[in-house]
Amino acid sequence: MEGLGLAYLGAGLGAGLAVIGAGLGIGNIAASAAEGTARQPEATSDIRTTMIIAAALIEGVALFGEVICVLLALK
Amino acid sequence: MKRVNVIQPKALLKVIAIFLPLLFNVNGLASAASGQSSDVPKNSAAVVAGAAVSAPAAESAHGAEASEGEEKAGDVIMHHILDNNVFAFEPFGSVNLPKIVIGGFDISITKHVVMLWLVSALLLIVFSVVGGKYKNMTARNAPKGLANAMEALVEFIRLDVAKSNIGHGYEKHLPYLLTVFFFILFCNLLGLIPYGATATGNVNVTLTLSIFTFFVTQIAAFKAHGVKGYLQHLTAGTHWSLWIIMVPIEIIGQFTKPFALTIRLFANMTAGHIIILSLIFISFILKSYIVAAAVSVPFAIFIDLLELFVAFLQAFVFTMLSALFIGLATAHEGHEKPAAGVAHH
Repeated sequence: MEGLGLAYLGAGLGAGLAVIGAGLGIGNIAASAAEGTARQPEATSDIRTTMIIAAALIEGVALFGEVICVLLALK
Repeated sequence: MKRVNVIQPKALLKVIAIFLPLLFNVNGLASAASGQSSDVPKNSAAVVAGAAVSAPAAESAHGAEASEGEEKAGDVIMHHILDNNVFAFEPFGSVNLPKIVIGGFDISITKHVVMLWLVSALLLIVFSVVGGKYKNMTARNAPKGLANAMEALVEFIRLDVAKSNIGHGYEKHLPYLLTVFFFILFCNLLGLIPYGATATGNVNVTLTLSIFTFFVTQIAAFKAHGVKGYLQHLTAGTHWSLWIIMVPIEIIGQFTKPFALTIRLFANMTAGHIIILSLIFISFILKSYIVAAAVSVPFAIFIDLLELFVAFLQAFVFTMLSALFIGLATAHEGHEKPAAGVAHH
């Protein structure tokens, strides 16, 4: 039971840590994109596209972590 | 004004050809995975049972009672997420789907397979209608209604996704990108309506889609560079003494891209449904009308609307990244970014 409890604890902590990383990353992108758009409003659509791609890549890495946590919790 | 007739009967045939394997969703992977996972709960149940026996009787009874509500919620959520052989219309009964096993491969028609068929049929109907409207269109009458909506999406994929990421020769890959975009979009949206199931929330479906992207990317790279250029691409233009490190990294990189596509789409679509159901189950676990009115319903509606956005976003992201990978694979030496190549033209 103790081992199982530790696995649940690890899954919960891991999910939270993965979300912290993804949140910081996507927050940085959004901040830079907002700044870039404010400096150069005519490049808005290009900046948005780049932002979405970068956010999707970061999100993908975070989701790897989340999937591992789900596997840990379901085991 | 000349209109580009994007949807042609030939393209529709291609749609059918590409998604024919999906219709017969080979569930070998699914059955292997479920075979493994069915062992695991048994083990954990045995561990739990063993612990409960050793613990004082009162405590174990209390623990069982407390965990029952959560387990029920978990069971319902997993039942909703996972694929099964019953297509349920809850208050009106359910349809049992046939179970077919041929040569050890489980190719039974499941809930998600039915959804795949439904999406394919919907795509055929929608784009036959839209394509037919464009046949007798003159410069005088603009498209309206469904045709107009679809034209906006098709033009968006054509210009902002395919042309800006692939650059020269993007027309060749346009049918694939459009097909994959609308297929994922329709799958995602049908998962949001009542009694629907999200076929893209099944890892087999997303894996199949990203394997298509993998093959399209590899074949496009071979066609663009030839065998010699393709092998040179694997060395990443480094000195020969670094090849022993660079070549494995590049080869692994080729397989990581479709894997990331698989997990991204699968996890996004599954996570949304888990969150909505968890929010609904908060009120059942706490047995409170106030929580239901204050937390469950408003937040579930909010996440549902967010899911509507995510349905479009994930279809777009999958298509965009596919286009990006194709663009990177076919980019010529000296043109570091495909977008830079477009700017020169």
